[in-house]
Amino acid sequence: MAVKKNTLKLKFDSSRNLAPALESKSVAKIAERYDLFINGKFEKPSSKKYFDTINPASEEKLSSIAVANAADVNKAVVAARNAYEKGWKKTSPKERAKYIYRIARIIQERARELAVIETLDGGKPIRESRDFDVPTAANHFFYYAGWADKLEYAFPNRNPKPLGVAGQIIPWNFPLLMAAWKIAPALATGNTVVLKPAETTSLTALKLAEIIQEADLPPGVVNIITGAGATGAALVNHPDINKIAFTGSTDVGKLIQKAIAGTNKKATLELGGKAANIIFDDAPLDQAVEGIINGIFFNQGHVCCAGSRLFVQESVYKIVLQKLKDRMETLIVGDPMDKNTDIGAINSKQQLEVINKYLKIGQQEGAEMFQSACSIPKKGFYCRPTIFTNVAQSNRIAQEEIFGPVLSIQTFRTEDEVIEKANNTPFGLSAGVWTDKGSKIFNMTSKLKAGVIWANTYNKFDPTSPFGGFKESGFGREGGLHGLGAYLKV
Amino acid sequence: MNTIPDFTISPRIDQVGVEERASRFTKRSIKNETKIIGLKLALNMIDLTTLEGKDTDGKVKQLCYKAMHLHDVYVGLPTVAAICVYPSMVGVAKKALGDSGIKVASVATAFPSGQSTRDIKIRDTKFAISQGADEIDMVISRGKFHQGEYNFVFDEIAAIKEACGNARLKVILETGELGTYDKVRKASDIAMYAGADFIKTSTGKISPAATMPVTLVMLEAIRDFYYKTGKKIAMKPAGGISKAKLALHYLVMLNEVLGEGWMNNEWFRFGASSLANDILMQLMKQRTGLYQSGDYFAND
Repeated sequence: MAVKKNTLKLKFDSSRNLAPALESKSVAKIAERYDLFINGKFEKPSSKKYFDTINPASEEKLSSIAVANAADVNKAVVAARNAYEKGWKKTSPKERAKYIYRIARIIQERARELAVIETLDGGKPIRESRDFDVPTAANHFFYYAGWADKLEYAFPNRNPKPLGVAGQIIPWNFPLLMAAWKIAPALATGNTVVLKPAETTSLTALKLAEIIQEADLPPGVVNIITGAGATGAALVNHPDINKIAFTGSTDVGKLIQKAIAGTNKKATLELGGKAANIIFDDAPLDQAVEGIINGIFFNQGHVCCAGSRLFVQESVYKIVLQKLKDRMETLIVGDPMDKNTDIGAINSKQQLEVINKYLKIGQQEGAEMFQSACSIPKKGFYCRPTIFTNVAQSNRIAQEEIFGPVLSIQTFRTEDEVIEKANNTPFGLSAGVWTDKGSKIFNMTSKLKAGVIWANTYNKFDPTSPFGGFKESGFGREGGLHGLGAYLKV
Repeated sequence: MNTIPDFTISPRIDQVGVEERASRFTKRSIKNETKIIGLKLALNMIDLTTLEGKDTDGKVKQLCYKAMHLHDVYVGLPTVAAICVYPSMVGVAKKALGDSGIKVASVATAFPSGQSTRDIKIRDTKFAISQGADEIDMVISRGKFHQGEYNFVFDEIAAIKEACGNARLKVILETGELGTYDKVRKASDIAMYAGADFIKTSTGKISPAATMPVTLVMLEAIRDFYYKTGKKIAMKPAGGISKAKLALHYLVMLNEVLGEGWMNNEWFRFGASSLANDILMQLMKQRTGLYQSGDYFAND
């Protein structure tokens, strides 16, 4: 049958015309102003300064957030130290578990409120905050509650002991979930905490502070202080911190490592990534296309382990690309509060500028850019889902972390070739392999240098599974039994 | 000219992935005017079905009247797409439906088991056609399929297609007897290349009947066939879809896998008997804001 090429493009316009299905904002109680959570109470900052936190989907102000200066940081660390020495380290593991379990339960009870605030403050689709961020955060607390009185079994004959005060700095891409990743294992192992959320997304961490109050956790065991980079630096440099746990960019990670060199502080750093997502010709292609979509467009691509480098075996390249482009046309980009939104708002103006810069660089480098035809709201920070083809290993868009909904696509011929290309990066956080052949999966996973490798799936997270990087993606593991070790002297 | 592919290497399906994707469609929130449009469309896609040993002329006539007058209280409703009956009832249905535009579909080929000779299956088909059937719903030989006799299955479909003449052929895979998504995909490919106009999940006599993941696998097969040949194939999930909400999930899936070109009853059908009333109830609820008792909707 003779076929005109252009007739084979499927038409998907109507999927974007669904009637609005907005989640109600009424459950989200956001105060006009938030102070610092120190020693179990909200305290005004000695800096007397506040900054605005906005909704990136509308650019409207949501609240004012306190800026913690060095004096505030010191106050928080002193509170954490006192809580550690005077009570928490002597609290029986079973009691610790009860508190952690209680926090998990309250997160579940207030799940809707947390999901709505997470979406308003960070721009991620309500479907994701409702179905992923909040339930997974609760799961982390549940999971580590279970470990609190079993540390002797986790590390037999090692007499595990807590480190003391942990300084924790988290990013803006999964604000509540990252707070859970950090706080839950620290409490389970008997440490106290000073946590600093990211500047653009402090609200759910402050809601978590309310939950911690509600759970009657002894004052000072968890302190949450807000602010920008200077606050984080003050925390890292505070002499009475025993451990730094940081998730964020590789650049800041390097600064932290320099800052703590020569001190006794332990550290875990979970940094950037540029993961290879590898599609073999014997893969279940339709499911692989879903994996590509989920790998790069989940959370607007603001995922350190995003599958941002796609490698497709040449024999299926054309069909995969055709399927991928058609699939992209069905993605609904827009108001994060709409339950049908697949891709929400970019977290900040600054991040949108970074992404747009890379879109220019990619085109200047000669790569071919494709974006879905969707309309995007006029107000707020949005980026259409984007793929680049004709990408070379030497292109910046294939080497540098973009942290947005931007995929670079390369082809390969053999297993050896793709292993070499996949490992040819300073990063090593994650990777994906798609093939129907079990032996190929084992060959690939044993040769890829990445902390997490998914086979025939992507971006799957579970509290029981350790997560962390190779090379410039950082060191140390969070999650699972490994995540306990990072907070213990063993 | 497109060559017939080697069906032994039909594309692979990952069970976890396909089930996850299918469940994603159920997360779409269909509201207000979109819901009304969707419900009316679903109503218009129904093959209203009665396939029982105890079917009589009277029963079929009543069903045909229902097909034409779904709920006269609600002005402006579409009709269903077709009535689906056994060959012996085709004549009755044809006469009862008159010039309403509603099609008569007939199951044939020793439905539902398909355990008969090719000759009898062809005669069964031709009888239904002679009675005026617009569409034939055949079953594949699942036994032969499991034996790996793909050529047999292929040739049988091609022979029935020939016997159909101008009638559209729906090929029932009976996915509940196939066991894996890989086999559903393989059977879909065989049916389409052999000349199916529709591929259909189930007879309704075997559990499980239609499921969303199975339908997704078949829609993806249709998409691949379209990419390769430019030819559109229609889809009919049948059995197990009795709620309006589930029907809307199927339409979301159809819309996002094959797009607008398939969003009408030429290219998609629901094989169902009790779905219509639930849709009617939902439509009345959208109009009045209240759920009415089931007693206000005719059971036929």
